[in-house]
Amino acid sequence: MRIATSSLDLRRPATLESALQALRDDARTPIAGATDLYVTLNFGTLEARRFLDLSRLAELRGITERGDTLVIGALASFTALQRSPLVVKRLPMLVEAARLVGGVQIQNRATLGGNIANASPAGDSLPVLAAVDAAIVLRSVDGERRVPMTEFYTGYRASVMRPDELITAVEVPRVEGHQWFRKVGTRAALAISKVVVAGVRDGPRAARFAIGSVAPTVVRARKAEGVLAKGGKIEEAVRALQAEITPIDDLRSTAEYRTAVAGNLLRRFWAETA
Amino acid sequence: MPVTAVGQSVSRKDGIGKATGAAKYADDLTWPGMLHGRTIRSTVPRGRIRAVLFDFDTTGFTIVDHADVPGSNMVDLIERDQPLLAVHEVRHVGEPILLLAHEDKEVLHAARVLVEYEELPPLLDPEGSEQTFKTITIDKGDAAAMAGADLVVEGTYQTGHQEHIYIEPNGVIAVPEDGGITVHGSIQCPFYALKALKALLGPDIPARVVQTETGGGFGGKEEFPSIPAGHAALLAHKSGRPVKIIYDRVEDMVSTTKRHPSIVRHRTGVKRDGTLVAMEVEVILDGGAYVTLSPVVLSRGCIHAAGPYRCDNIRIEGRAVFTNTPPNGAFRGFGAPQTEFAVEVQMERVAEALGMDPVEFRRKNALRAGDTTATGQVLREDCSALAVLDEAVRRTEFARKRTEYEGTDRAIGLSLFYHGAGFTGSGERYLKSRARLEVTPTGVRIATGSTEIGQGTRTMHAQIVADALGVPYESVEVAQPDTKHVVDSGPTVASRTCMVVGKILEECAVEMRSELGKLSPAEYFAKHGAMTVERMYEPPDWIRWDDATYRGDAYATYGWGCDVVELEVDPDTFDVRLLEVTAVQEFGRPIHPALARGQIEGGTVQGLGYALLERVVMRNGAMANAQLTNYTIPTTLDVPEIDVVMLENPYPGGPFGAKGLGELPMDGPAPAVVNALRHLGHDIRAIPATPEMIAASPVAART
Amino acid sequence: MRFTLNGLPVETNAHPMARLLDVLREEQRLTGTKEGCGEGECGACTVLVDGQSVCSCLVPVAQVEGARVTTIEGLHGTHPLQKLFMDEVGAQCGICTPGMVLAALALEDNPVPTLDDVRTALAGNLCRCTGYSAIYRAVLKWRAEADSGPHAAPEQASARHK
Repeated sequence: MRIATSSLDLRRPATLESALQALRDDARTPIAGATDLYVTLNFGTLEARRFLDLSRLAELRGITERGDTLVIGALASFTALQRSPLVVKRLPMLVEAARLVGGVQIQNRATLGGNIANASPAGDSLPVLAAVDAAIVLRSVDGERRVPMTEFYTGYRASVMRPDELITAVEVPRVEGHQWFRKVGTRAALAISKVVVAGVRDGPRAARFAIGSVAPTVVRARKAEGVLAKGGKIEEAVRALQAEITPIDDLRSTAEYRTAVAGNLLRRFWAETA
Repeated sequence: MPVTAVGQSVSRKDGIGKATGAAKYADDLTWPGMLHGRTIRSTVPRGRIRAVLFDFDTTGFTIVDHADVPGSNMVDLIERDQPLLAVHEVRHVGEPILLLAHEDKEVLHAARVLVEYEELPPLLDPEGSEQTFKTITIDKGDAAAMAGADLVVEGTYQTGHQEHIYIEPNGVIAVPEDGGITVHGSIQCPFYALKALKALLGPDIPARVVQTETGGGFGGKEEFPSIPAGHAALLAHKSGRPVKIIYDRVEDMVSTTKRHPSIVRHRTGVKRDGTLVAMEVEVILDGGAYVTLSPVVLSRGCIHAAGPYRCDNIRIEGRAVFTNTPPNGAFRGFGAPQTEFAVEVQMERVAEALGMDPVEFRRKNALRAGDTTATGQVLREDCSALAVLDEAVRRTEFARKRTEYEGTDRAIGLSLFYHGAGFTGSGERYLKSRARLEVTPTGVRIATGSTEIGQGTRTMHAQIVADALGVPYESVEVAQPDTKHVVDSGPTVASRTCMVVGKILEECAVEMRSELGKLSPAEYFAKHGAMTVERMYEPPDWIRWDDATYRGDAYATYGWGCDVVELEVDPDTFDVRLLEVTAVQEFGRPIHPALARGQIEGGTVQGLGYALLERVVMRNGAMANAQLTNYTIPTTLDVPEIDVVMLENPYPGGPFGAKGLGELPMDGPAPAVVNALRHLGHDIRAIPATPEMIAASPVAART
Repeated sequence: MRFTLNGLPVETNAHPMARLLDVLREEQRLTGTKEGCGEGECGACTVLVDGQSVCSCLVPVAQVEGARVTTIEGLHGTHPLQKLFMDEVGAQCGICTPGMVLAALALEDNPVPTLDDVRTALAGNLCRCTGYSAIYRAVLKWRAEADSGPHAAPEQASARHK
């Protein structure tokens, strides 16, 4: 490990209240599954040195229903998501996404809240949450607020979350219609997404479609959705989608490829959910 | 002699240690008072070193630079051009400049060293390089016969770097003892490292090398470990304490050797009936910043560049060139995967241009016993090109599927390939490899320099000795390679460990048997005490080779292979899904069928990664994707199970009929994959054939 | 801080952010757990925490407080899967083997895993030597033998073989 362990500091609160107080008192980076954290510690690229371990906060682990709303605790692991009968029934595309996050060892540790907080534009669960209009529940000592997933990110690895707030849960309203998920990774497993999409087909003309790895943040394809809602042709929707994403060339893929594949996947989604 | 072990999949000598985690690799070993070592490396591809500044408290540190070298600062390999520690200039990113050691790893890694450079413009394009490490010309007949061809097909093919990704990164520990330095480490060729250490440490400091259990090599731990071994030795010498250097994954990927990128140009002249008239091949290998083994990689690449085909008129011209990138080096296949990729895609295109079936075209031109290769070698009965081709085509129902997949997202393609076993030309004669067999109180012990790096050296050598001596396999021990206690058997490379070193061991065992009479080794020991038999390798006496003209018997024998790949391309994402991969290979006779199968399965999967996934992204002379997340080797979900067929054609020059096998499986997968993509209409001429490349490739109409 | 290591209670004075991997290898001297990448990608450092496989290079030791940690040494060389890795040559260089064996144990609850189940269970473990096939043979044989072996419950066995 390139960063000296002795330079690090960890607090492990036993209750949510003490965790929130600790965040208010001094700047700390919350950690849970630590699967992203240790990659950057090992490579020596992380600046943070003071951490707050959330793993003892059992109350953030649960997956429940509250009326029509599916409530997923921020600490639910990707393995827990796959095993949850509620998630399997109500949000099967999140199960699909969870199966494709790293290998089993990562799925056993990595959490949904961590995937959101880490704010990578390639986060596999993010298009799912954006497509179903999930809300992120944020808590601080001052109280709780809900932010729609589609308004959560403000830019590359930036969000509306304040340093003294924690993600405690994700709330998913009832999803009607056909759910569709597709991850295009650098290989079949242990892959980082080059393009990742999630869609909901609510009716003949109604679709919700979100896409990751093609912009600084996950993109909810409002323009493409609008074209389809007005009864426009799929090719028109594809052009609209390709205009509302801003993919780049990077280590893993090219802008040209991402643009073409984004369009192909919208076509496929539309055809398969017809 | 009764054969009881050979041909059986006996239990691996090292199986239990590996299955229980008890086997000790370099990083598992510690010595009292041991320090940890770290290498400070160049961050620029080319420059002069202006200043080296220590931005840390140096108390408790051992610091070594080039001025601390007691002997020669140059790595003792083919050319002595590569410094162990840079003096005034750096030629590549990752070049070692300074060494630090400290007993506390955290303090060591926290130390900040600032190097100031005068940066110079780097040379990064191999085609633009006028600095050549080696040129080779192979001439057979008269390439001007091209003028008489009915059709001439041209093509340029490119292959990228490939990183070894042994799962155990490089690691060594240097221990001062008996007035000298002993290096323990993850090392494929202890005697290479010993030679380099002797040059580095000079005549007054004795050196010794002991191989630790080695977590994969694939050529990546052939010549390279001389550098970390030398570094650790310098730190140990200066500090008087044991020093361990373990590379982390990023350092290993950024700084160590890789497979040479290549550019290969073909011009092939054919008659309308498919007869090859003439072949012209130009091979360019990017050697990186120092010579390392590039001349011999180029040599093997050029010798294999015309493929396993009969053609009377061939000209092959190769050059290995300098660039300001980390030096490239040995990697399973050693130049042949690059040139065989090119020729096999070229042959597919020639068949296509002729409107001929690719199998028929290959069948017509494949080498047969009595034919001559590009170097003029007359092939003997151990030539199996047609046999592997016919079996692969039959087994996969190639013709039927070729037609059936038309108009679908599925496709099928094949490659025909061969690989020379052992050192090239007179190499085995110069090596004078030796092996030793010792009687012990309980049986016999093998004492060779051949290393176990996963391929099964210990097991397979013990099988050969057991049967040649007529003793139980279990009574044969294998000594850990330690240059103080074993003989130099030549390097563990070039598919030679079974065929060449195994052969010497077989002869040792036969000689020992005649000394033992009717006694078992243990009975002999009880009666007469120790006995040792040591022999040197004698290559077959018919081998003739001229290094000046590149004419003659390039290899004593060849292994032969035909790979068939069936795949599906996702129409939306251009992802390639491998459906079936069939590997038909002839390598004499398997000593241990399960180990041999493992070599073919593993080598084929490395070849499939090379074909589809493994892309080193170089930015300003440095590997930009030096993490396992971003340099993607195949996972369990990327490759199917390989259908392996081992055809037997015993080779009289090898032990129990065995030929070399280790590298052969690496040569075939990439062209078979690309030829299958061609069947789909994608005109791919470079690997890795990523989805991005497939998406961008022009799709010709399928014929 | 305490946890249970291979069935025995241990106490560690390591820094809470120390990697579990380093605590196992350097403090507890159990070197069967290997480091291949330090980024959770290769799976060579796989251990079980409360029965679940994790990459020990990504776990702060603080998070195993009170947990049961199992390393390859905890199988004592007597697990049938270890023998099958030997028989089927599932280990070549051996550096990925401890992690592979531990990851495969997740299939213990699956009486008759398919090849795809095995592939998925082992997708977090890289092997550069074998091409994985020999590993599948070992794992599938282990489940098949467990399924038909003397320890299989008779009613289960008969139900499955109907």
